[in-house]
Amino acid sequence: MSLKTAALRAHVASALAARVASPFEYRDRPAVETVPAGIHSVDFLTGGFPRGSLTEIYGPPCSGRTSLLISALASRTSASEVCALVDARDAFDPISAEAAGVKLKHLLWVRCRNVDQALRSTDLLIQGGGFGLIALDFGDTPAQVVRYVPLQVWFRFRRAVESTPTILVVLEQESNAKTCASLVLKLRMQAARWSRASGTAEEILPPHSPGCLLDGAQSHAEMIRSRAKREGNRLIRDEEIFMGAGGSGADFETEAMEIYSHALPGMHSSGGGPGKR
Amino acid sequence: MHYPACTVREEGPEKGEESFQSLCLSAGLPMAFASIFVPNFILQAVVRAEPALREHALALIDGNPPLCSVVAINEKAAQSGIELGMTKMNAAQFASLEMRPRSRPQEKIAHAVLLDIGWSVSPRIEDTAQDAIVLDLSGLTHLFGAEKDIGAHLVQRSCECGLLSNVAIASNVDTALIAARGFKGITVIPLGQESKSLGDLPVGVLFPSAETAETLSRWGVRTCAAFAGLPVLQLSERLGQEGVRLHALARGATSRSFAIAEPGHFFEEEMELDDAVEELDPLSFLLGRLLDQLCVRLAARSLAAASLRVRFELQPAFENALDVRKEMFRRIDPPGVYERELRLSVPARDSKMLLKLLRLRLQSNPPGAPIHKIVLAAESARPRSTQGGLFLPSFPDPEKLELTIARIANVVGEGNVGSPSLVDTWRPGEFQMRRFLTPMESAEAASSDSGAIHPRRQRDNFKARASVRFFRPPVPATLELNAGCPTRVFFQGLRGEVLAASGPWRTSGDWWRDDPWQQDEWDLEIHFHSSSAARDPVAALRADCGLYRFYYDALRGSWFVRGIYD
Repeated sequence: MSLKTAALRAHVASALAARVASPFEYRDRPAVETVPAGIHSVDFLTGGFPRGSLTEIYGPPCSGRTSLLISALASRTSASEVCALVDARDAFDPISAEAAGVKLKHLLWVRCRNVDQALRSTDLLIQGGGFGLIALDFGDTPAQVVRYVPLQVWFRFRRAVESTPTILVVLEQESNAKTCASLVLKLRMQAARWSRASGTAEEILPPHSPGCLLDGAQSHAEMIRSRAKREGNRLIRDEEIFMGAGGSGADFETEAMEIYSHALPGMHSSGGGPGKR
Repeated sequence: MHYPACTVREEGPEKGEESFQSLCLSAGLPMAFASIFVPNFILQAVVRAEPALREHALALIDGNPPLCSVVAINEKAAQSGIELGMTKMNAAQFASLEMRPRSRPQEKIAHAVLLDIGWSVSPRIEDTAQDAIVLDLSGLTHLFGAEKDIGAHLVQRSCECGLLSNVAIASNVDTALIAARGFKGITVIPLGQESKSLGDLPVGVLFPSAETAETLSRWGVRTCAAFAGLPVLQLSERLGQEGVRLHALARGATSRSFAIAEPGHFFEEEMELDDAVEELDPLSFLLGRLLDQLCVRLAARSLAAASLRVRFELQPAFENALDVRKEMFRRIDPPGVYERELRLSVPARDSKMLLKLLRLRLQSNPPGAPIHKIVLAAESARPRSTQGGLFLPSFPDPEKLELTIARIANVVGEGNVGSPSLVDTWRPGEFQMRRFLTPMESAEAASSDSGAIHPRRQRDNFKARASVRFFRPPVPATLELNAGCPTRVFFQGLRGEVLAASGPWRTSGDWWRDDPWQQDEWDLEIHFHSSSAARDPVAALRADCGLYRFYYDALRGSWFVRGIYD
């Protein structure tokens, strides 16, 4: 029986020799190198942002997309990596980014006026190489406009970053990269957090009331797609696209910036003002 | 480029003599001096700027018209019958002859190149003449080998820089100079054989005065050997101190101090064009040639360009005008000048990369008129010498990054790419764009503050900051207030109810300047009406609720939306 099996295996191996080198040998699937996005719950959910891949973050405005992106930028720039932000609508706020921990010296900011400029700049940055993270921000660009970006552009971006340590993050209102994205996260805002905030307009506290402060917001991240599969303590690249079920989500909180926290070190008195806003 | 008929003359030590080097070392004497001489210097200066002329019979003309005459010719021109002093009209009768005006700016540059060749080998050089320099070779045999090798190195270097030169090495300055002027190729004169080596040269290489030269001619003294054989005392009685000096020179027995030249750190190349250039492609070709020359000079000095300054002299517009009636009234305006400076984040001397950067700069800011003179100057700096760490993250290649940023700047505009930095002001949303730091500089900064973690991030590591997306420019809005608090908002065709508000956060400043500000900021949570969202497809994609930052501009008396918390 064993001889017959061995002969059969040899026959199959010889038949497939032209196409598969060793069909009966176990091929170790490559481990996915990921880096933390800087938010614990999201990192726990996704295992981090995969290097050499396209990661898509989408959701409506106020959903915490930018906070997640800025957090990832802060994580990478803190690790002394050089990052780039291609800002399609010139919406980046350096003050809140700096307060979030982004080292602005390590960030190359490209302020674009339209989608075409943003795509061309991203292409040049990817071709240049050496960046730890390249973020393409279509957050304020109307979804209808981004929908017109041809699919081959996303394919080209994916192929360009594939064998590099660069993480390409695209921020949008809708998912457009389809299967080109290795990780797709959908975000939505759950609630804004106010200190003694009221629910209706009638209950709004008068001006300068000490308790009416914006504390932050709570968002929910849902993993829609991931090519990485957790196997033990490591993530491996999986051919099957994992579609996130309803439960594959994570909540995270964002904290409002303290007033005057953007004061430069040693500048005047940065006591912190009246508190969070 | 190959040096034509480069010969090495070296006379070995005679029987009983020690070798030159061992003799110098044992006697504790300075090693040697090398002289570089560029024959036919004014012609070579022109040929260096236009290498294609090397293949043609070439004559340089100089003087005020109509008395222009030939002042320099190359070998091919001499073979075809051209002579020095010929008038321009006579020379123009030779069909195959190329004629160029003498160019003093090119001579100045060629002299700077000659100095660079010297500094590429020795830090101690003497700027003896426009076409000759002397180098102190003390201690250089350890670096370059024997004197013959140093000579070969100098000849090769000058060939790379576009100058064909003679090199002579001797134990004293004047002997080296005379030998370089007298002998072609590389000449090495051992110590003690100066008189014998210089003996065959004509006395003209000693540069006697006209009167002395005539006297020597009458005496029948033609060569240095014949002159050196004359008794010094009688020579002094007849020719005075000049005779004694020339006698010492002919014997190779002079001794004088060595005047060291200070090395310069500014490199310049220029080109004057017969026909003005309008298109970018031919201009790039010319710029590439100048950059090649500049980079060779920088490489010879082991330097790199920290910045490039390009200066074009533009053709005055009236030269193209066809209005003949006004010709008499035309006034010759000074030519327009186009100047741009290209600062490099890391010093570089890759001419191709520099040309691409220049091209991108010229594409974004083209000169407005045809160009008839190009001046390219480089400020030098020490080249970048870094070694990547094994455990450091990878950075973009600085030169490639420079090119990438230039290309992006060409797409989005000059001021729209860079690194943001906060400025010392309380003005909301104020920042400035700075040049993106080189990765190495970033790495140094990272290493300097690697241990410093933002105290706030250290405290709550896993809580993200709410980031703000700015609307640039701010969106005008209309607000309804109730007891000073916003209750309803209208902007971009949207209508919303204020659910919660925080403010006003009042700031003002810069009242002493032209652009003061006085603002009341509000953080508002807004619930948008579905009917307004349904009308606007863009608004339909918005969430029902949103956190916005509004402000009231007290100076303009209007409300604006600054941004959105996202």
